[in-house]
Amino acid sequence: MSDRIPILELRNVDKSFGPIDVLHDITLKVHEGEVLCLLGDNGAGKSTLIKTLAGVYIPNAGQILMDGEPIQFRNPRDAHNRGIATVHQFGGTYPLMSIGRNFFVGVEPTKGWGPFKMYDRRRANKISIRELQEFGITRVDDGDRLVGGLSGGERQSLSIARAVYFGARVLILDEPTAALGVKQAAHVLRIVNEAKRRGLAVIFITHQVMHALAVGDHFAVLIRGSIAADFRKGEKSREEITDLMAGGESMADLESNITSDIAI
Amino acid sequence: MSSDSTYSTNDSTDNVTKGTMMSSIIAILRRPEVGAFVGMLLVFSFFGYFGFDRNFLSPFGTSSWVNAASTVGIIAIPVGFLMIAGELDISIGAVVPAAKMSIAIACGHYGLPILMGLLITFAIAAFIGWVNGTIVTRTNVPSLIVTLATLFAVSGLTLFLSLLLTDRTTQALYSPDWAKELFGAYHFWGFQSSVFWWVGLAIVFFLVLHHSPWGNWIFALGGDKESARNAGVPINRLKIALFMLASMAAALSGVSETILSNSATTTTNFALIFNTIIAVVVGGVLLTGGFGTVPGIFFGTATLGIVQQGIGYTPFDRNLSSLIIGVMLLIAVLMNNTFRRMATTMSTTKR
Repeated sequence: MSDRIPILELRNVDKSFGPIDVLHDITLKVHEGEVLCLLGDNGAGKSTLIKTLAGVYIPNAGQILMDGEPIQFRNPRDAHNRGIATVHQFGGTYPLMSIGRNFFVGVEPTKGWGPFKMYDRRRANKISIRELQEFGITRVDDGDRLVGGLSGGERQSLSIARAVYFGARVLILDEPTAALGVKQAAHVLRIVNEAKRRGLAVIFITHQVMHALAVGDHFAVLIRGSIAADFRKGEKSREEITDLMAGGESMADLESNITSDIAI
Repeated sequence: MSSDSTYSTNDSTDNVTKGTMMSSIIAILRRPEVGAFVGMLLVFSFFGYFGFDRNFLSPFGTSSWVNAASTVGIIAIPVGFLMIAGELDISIGAVVPAAKMSIAIACGHYGLPILMGLLITFAIAAFIGWVNGTIVTRTNVPSLIVTLATLFAVSGLTLFLSLLLTDRTTQALYSPDWAKELFGAYHFWGFQSSVFWWVGLAIVFFLVLHHSPWGNWIFALGGDKESARNAGVPINRLKIALFMLASMAAALSGVSETILSNSATTTTNFALIFNTIIAVVVGGVLLTGGFGTVPGIFFGTATLGIVQQGIGYTPFDRNLSSLIIGVMLLIAVLMNNTFRRMATTMSTTKR
């Protein structure tokens, strides 16, 4: 395992905003065909880490390596062009735009030439529906349909299908299951597995340990901007992970805190 | 405008009859310009009926409302773009007199050639738009407040500079024939030049919004700014460009009026601000951004023109036109909201 070059690697990355240290000495690796689960409580620095990976923030110290080569993303578009795609909680979809238009925002297919290049609706619809169906969303077959009419899971799937179609090699999923019901979440997890099967490196951010355990190969727990634990599948139990996420405090301690508070 | 096949019904209506009917109804509901068009027809029939005796339907009656609509319409479409993108521009109320005075002072007072005056005027308008856009993108202050500030700043500056340079608040301008023809002459049926600008620009803007990649960016920007940024849409540059477009459209409207009437005044046009917003909303653009169409805005502007001018051709009191517009606006907003709810909860292919 260790002799393979990871697609994306962070080495001792620090990020601070003025005097506030948000990320401290982060070292992470993700290989192709692997799901890295990033676990952490609210405020642990997860979103800052994602934004650093996606080129929104530039680290103050440390290195980002892609395929073993040190690189620096100039902006989100740069990171995107290098194959890093971020999918946010609501999937980066636009409810009042059609599926076809959503799919191709920023990279619209055109026909015609010069200043008369026109958006090619028919092609956009055809491709977006085909890609969606390949990800198992067979219910949807009309590219003119507004995305607002899709379910949360379907919208996530649309974003993931979009990222994969546009040649993403690293898929960053920011809390994709947080707002979803059990069935919808299962759907998204299936799609994560499908992306992994296609050889993508997936960075899956969540605070739901169950969802992480269902798809993860490799886990990192983030506490107050530092990596508190880094382990592979099967090395820790669910209880241990939950305890880690709570900041080292065990769930049992938490429970006793709560009950004693009530007693007062 | 038969080319609006963007919204043509889906190809998957091959299931049950009920589904086919539902889907065609929903396909129509997806098109807010249909509502705006029906509204325009209703208003037109109303005034056509009550104004028939006073020649509302004559060429002269027609050009009177089309002319009025055109001066608003040229500005309404770019303002609609901004609203779709989630922003608002009310500084146009001051850009119009600023543009009028610029060209009138440059050419009428200093005697510069009209082409030079146009260049100066559009440069000033573009600069105001750039300032609006830059402040909005840099500070994240709501554009309503930013453009309210520039509305007053620009109108104050227009008055101050006019008095400083010419010692007057009105300025005469006599333009050469070609400029008259192009910007401010009456053509057949009494249509003024701005009507042709309005129709021409509407077609261009239609292609831009509904058939070009830029249009998709505008919708994306209004739908979800962050996602649009992540998708690689240059959101700040796009926003600044849209503010510049709105300002320059306001300048075009002002220049046309000045060349037509041979004079300019510094009076800030507050009514115009409301008129453009009404035209855009009646045209089916969502106040919250992310949705709207150029044909819708076009019909909305026409409706406004019919009501405001048409009332004079009827036996009704002139003041009632504002009542009609108020009611219309309310109905339009309610319809837009219903539309949004239906568009996001219903699907064309229920299984």
